[in-house]
Amino acid sequence: MAMLTAKDLSLGYGSDVILKGLNFEVNKGNYLCIVGENGSGKSTLMKTILGLNPPAGGEIVWGDGLQQNEIGYLPQQTVVQKDFPASVKEIVLSGCQGRMGRRPFYNKEEKQLAEENIEKMGISALKDRCYRDLSGGQQQRVLLARALCATRKLMLLDEPVSGLDPKVTAEMYALIKSLNDEGTTIIMISHDINAAVRYATHILHIGDKLFFGTKKEYLNSEIGKFFVDEEQIKEDISRLEEVLGKDTVQ
Amino acid sequence: MISTLIMYLSYPFVRYALIVGVLIAFCSSLLGVTLVLKRFSFIGDGLSHVAFGGIAIASVLNLTNEMLIVMPFTVISAVLLLRTGQNTRIKGDAAIAMISVGALAFGYLLMNIFSTSSNLSGDVCSTLFGSTSILTLTRGEVILCSVLSVAVTLIFIFFYNRIFAVTFDENFARSAGTKADNYNLLIAIVIAVIIVLAMNLVGSLLISALVIFPALSAMRVFESFLSVTVCSAVLSVVCAFSGIVISIFAGTPVGSTIVAVDVLAFAVCWLIGRIRGE
Repeated sequence: MAMLTAKDLSLGYGSDVILKGLNFEVNKGNYLCIVGENGSGKSTLMKTILGLNPPAGGEIVWGDGLQQNEIGYLPQQTVVQKDFPASVKEIVLSGCQGRMGRRPFYNKEEKQLAEENIEKMGISALKDRCYRDLSGGQQQRVLLARALCATRKLMLLDEPVSGLDPKVTAEMYALIKSLNDEGTTIIMISHDINAAVRYATHILHIGDKLFFGTKKEYLNSEIGKFFVDEEQIKEDISRLEEVLGKDTVQ
Repeated sequence: MISTLIMYLSYPFVRYALIVGVLIAFCSSLLGVTLVLKRFSFIGDGLSHVAFGGIAIASVLNLTNEMLIVMPFTVISAVLLLRTGQNTRIKGDAAIAMISVGALAFGYLLMNIFSTSSNLSGDVCSTLFGSTSILTLTRGEVILCSVLSVAVTLIFIFFYNRIFAVTFDENFARSAGTKADNYNLLIAIVIAVIIVLAMNLVGSLLISALVIFPALSAMRVFESFLSVTVCSAVLSVVCAFSGIVISIFAGTPVGSTIVAVDVLAFAVCWLIGRIRGE
């Protein structure tokens, strides 16, 4: 059974429907990229998947032993966070809040888990630093570590590279890819179609025309041919190889 | 000077004032960090004006125990303010401004029309800027204040991790199954209780200073949420204590002296932050 299945899903707020007839499924180990122009409903879809916004019609079915509150979510940064006095450790630990149940405090295992994920994201040296003093890429790693504390099964990433420079962007994509290789299912929202095509296994394109299928199907489809610039991809890959070294880019 | 202080401390009313002052300062600083970070600084201000309206109604009705009417009145307003903060046509700051000046105007109007005392402007002034009532506290009031302070502190410690999570990232908290709305409600109610308590100490116009200055000062110097919270509590208590002592010696108004000390502390912290930053 699929981890997540959208059946004839409609999105919107109240009676205001912005998107209709959405069908797709996500299986274990998939890397699904949701692409579409600004205002096409990407953020609304994400809120609906997270359960923050009820569907306007249709339904989302959870399977494979997964529950809605078991999503590791990487939100876009908010204004509040820019001046927030909190250490990296505190923020990563707050990813364990879904595990606490009715307990008021974090236990040993949860603290251990936070430590492990800090190490995994390569930010051990920044553990006691203040979040607001970090660079954009470092902040994203902190939030990714926090999301990993929530779950290792499914990650939902909302524009994870927005505002990052090319080198850090490439590192971030590589990091996400490595998580996917270890078995974490990824759903990523992006307006960067070229990057989506490079890393994803499946593509969901939303907008005036809907498309859902594997990467190959997308590249051969009309809508895919229209949006994906093959030359651009080749250029991107060669630039990546310069930055990261040949072996890391697949 | 020390001996004069000890002499003063032998009077129960001075001891009461110090106990209540320190407790209120402690409680109000706890949630200050959250309010500042959530961009709710003015909620404190708005609510205190609402409490002023409540006091006006209570004095018109000739109630002996003002708390009975002021407390529910303020708590309900806090809940309403928080509700309007989310996705409504009148945005948060405008809603606060509306409710607070509205309550202020109606409060003064009521006091004026149904005036029971001969010294109206004195009454109003002491409600707005803190009265000498801090020096005329009864034993019962001190006990009530202590009980509420302990309750606020326990609630804060018990929900510390959730409050942090909801303050830092409400959407992530929701996605992890935390009932963010309930915690926002809790924060609003606790703040309302603190504000009604603090009216005695600094008066309704100066309360937000008590809530936000220690938090802002601590944020200049410290880098983690825990250390900022602890520092702002310590700073608030020290400022309130020294403010009360100074006001006893110098004969200045209690409320504004405490706030003046708070402002001074902020200036020092700001300077430390600047020097460190360079």
